[in-house]
Amino acid sequence: MEFSVTNRGRIISLLMMAIGVISLILGYMYQEHDQFWANLLINGLFFTFISLGALFFIALQYATEAAWSMMVRRIYEAVSRFLPYGIGLLLVVFIGASLHMNHIYHWMDPAATHEYVLESSLGSGHPHFVDTLEEGAAVNEEYDSIIAGKSAFLNLPFWWIRNIIYFGIFLFFMNYFRKQSLREDKEGGINIHMTNYRRGALFLVFFAVFSSTLSWDWVMSIDTHWFSTMFGWYTFSGMWVTSMIVSLILVLYLKSKGLLPNVNDSHVHDMGKWVFATSFLWTYLWFSQFMLIWYSDIPEEVTYFQSRFETYGVPMFTMMFINFALPMLVLMSRDAKRNVRLLITISTIIFFGHWFDVYLMVIPGVMFEHWAGIHPTEIGMMIGFLGLFILVTLRALASARLVPENSPYLEESIQHSI
Amino acid sequence: MANSVIYAMYDDDQTLIKAAKDLVAKGVRVKDCYSPFPIHGIDPIIGIKRTRLGIVSFMFGLGGLSLALLGTWYFMIHDWPMNIGGKPNFAYHFNVPSFVPILFEFTVFCAAHGMAFTYLIRNRTLPGMPAVNPDPRTTDDKFVLEIDSQENYSMSAEDLMEAVKGTEVFELNHKQY
Repeated sequence: MEFSVTNRGRIISLLMMAIGVISLILGYMYQEHDQFWANLLINGLFFTFISLGALFFIALQYATEAAWSMMVRRIYEAVSRFLPYGIGLLLVVFIGASLHMNHIYHWMDPAATHEYVLESSLGSGHPHFVDTLEEGAAVNEEYDSIIAGKSAFLNLPFWWIRNIIYFGIFLFFMNYFRKQSLREDKEGGINIHMTNYRRGALFLVFFAVFSSTLSWDWVMSIDTHWFSTMFGWYTFSGMWVTSMIVSLILVLYLKSKGLLPNVNDSHVHDMGKWVFATSFLWTYLWFSQFMLIWYSDIPEEVTYFQSRFETYGVPMFTMMFINFALPMLVLMSRDAKRNVRLLITISTIIFFGHWFDVYLMVIPGVMFEHWAGIHPTEIGMMIGFLGLFILVTLRALASARLVPENSPYLEESIQHSI
Repeated sequence: MANSVIYAMYDDDQTLIKAAKDLVAKGVRVKDCYSPFPIHGIDPIIGIKRTRLGIVSFMFGLGGLSLALLGTWYFMIHDWPMNIGGKPNFAYHFNVPSFVPILFEFTVFCAAHGMAFTYLIRNRTLPGMPAVNPDPRTTDDKFVLEIDSQENYSMSAEDLMEAVKGTEVFELNHKQY
């Protein structure tokens, strides 16, 4: 079966992108400077996480030799094709941050990590910071010993090296799995399958480490003073659940067009289970992180939640409750996971719920108590990037057959019934 | 007419599925099936209703959650207020995050155990109960379809036997009660 982007789909996504561009311009003019940059970061993170989650899921399916998902593998592949665009957006923010065009990452400020400053350069725009008390140097008032203590890990060169490694490896595996998948269509046999099995496991090894470290680098270091050993898992579960939601919606969309005749209720049921299970995982990790910090009440940890409670309390708990209770209570029964309308409704709601989750990861560390609610242009920007995401994903879907041929597990996947 | 039961034994699960489809197509009502392992997709063929074990499990979970809520409130807040880690101990809602792990654990505990015992009782397979399967070989490598003449009152016992013989049956037993 071939899929082609319908005119309606193209127009809708282009309209969304137009809204995005207008909001981008208006946002640049009317939002707080750092809030605008933070929004670029939020959308970059959110949509990169979706495609990264899909890439992880492909590797997981290969490594576990799962058969049922062969029918829907191309959908995950298509979602992972957004990765270069998401990385591009992240790069814009990261380059901007490194050139001090924004102050999202507090630790990038040289004033925070150097104990002394040359007195002669104090009044100028670029004070000269030094580490030793040399001649003409004075104590730097803005010196932050906690950030300085972390500078062995959080310093620009090392941070960029890590970023380049993440991007390189993710892009490599994304292209590799796609190429292998297309090659399998032509050649068949089980050799490609066995190679994928090993490469999938290899990717999982990289991903196990990088999903933690990238969450420290990209998200946790915004709240530079704070640290949490749970944060990597928390971020990871968030990316997992969103990619499950997106692929489920895509499958239901394609199925409603009659393009996936062999995807039966059991496949939909299984994907619904993934949304249910990963929602639970996400809540579990959110709560574990919160409870440990709340319980121990250590100043350097508890600041994170304290600042969030004071300014962001109601939206945060609403988001948390919706993302937990909706899938938990509604999607628990078997019939609900086979009910297309219910699945679409719940998935769409918690999709935006998880966008807001990423929003709350970033914004409080940037805006602190100066946050004045969500700006309309922030929603517009999200819609714009969502439009781009939809267009890229649909195009990726159109660029190959919707069902992989010649996969050794294809027949088993067609027969899938639970 | 005396009640009689036909036990049709097969030596492969796929043969059994084919036979069951055959029999159902002829209008025979199959009562049950015995097999050493769950046979995929047999339930809808012989018309067994979906299990309500999930609902039972949910009820047990809800019961466990309520019990744990009551317990934590009574032990930790009401009867003897505990001050652990300097957390306020005079109101339940101030303390509820520290009770969430035990609430969760107790919910899971009750749901799992309640479900397991319900399953064992419902199937009459509690330890020490007499076995209900017609032939011990169904716990090894044989598969049996059970056809009750009472459920097939429109067909005579001979018709039923004839219908069963039309399938690739391995062994056929006819018991009168």
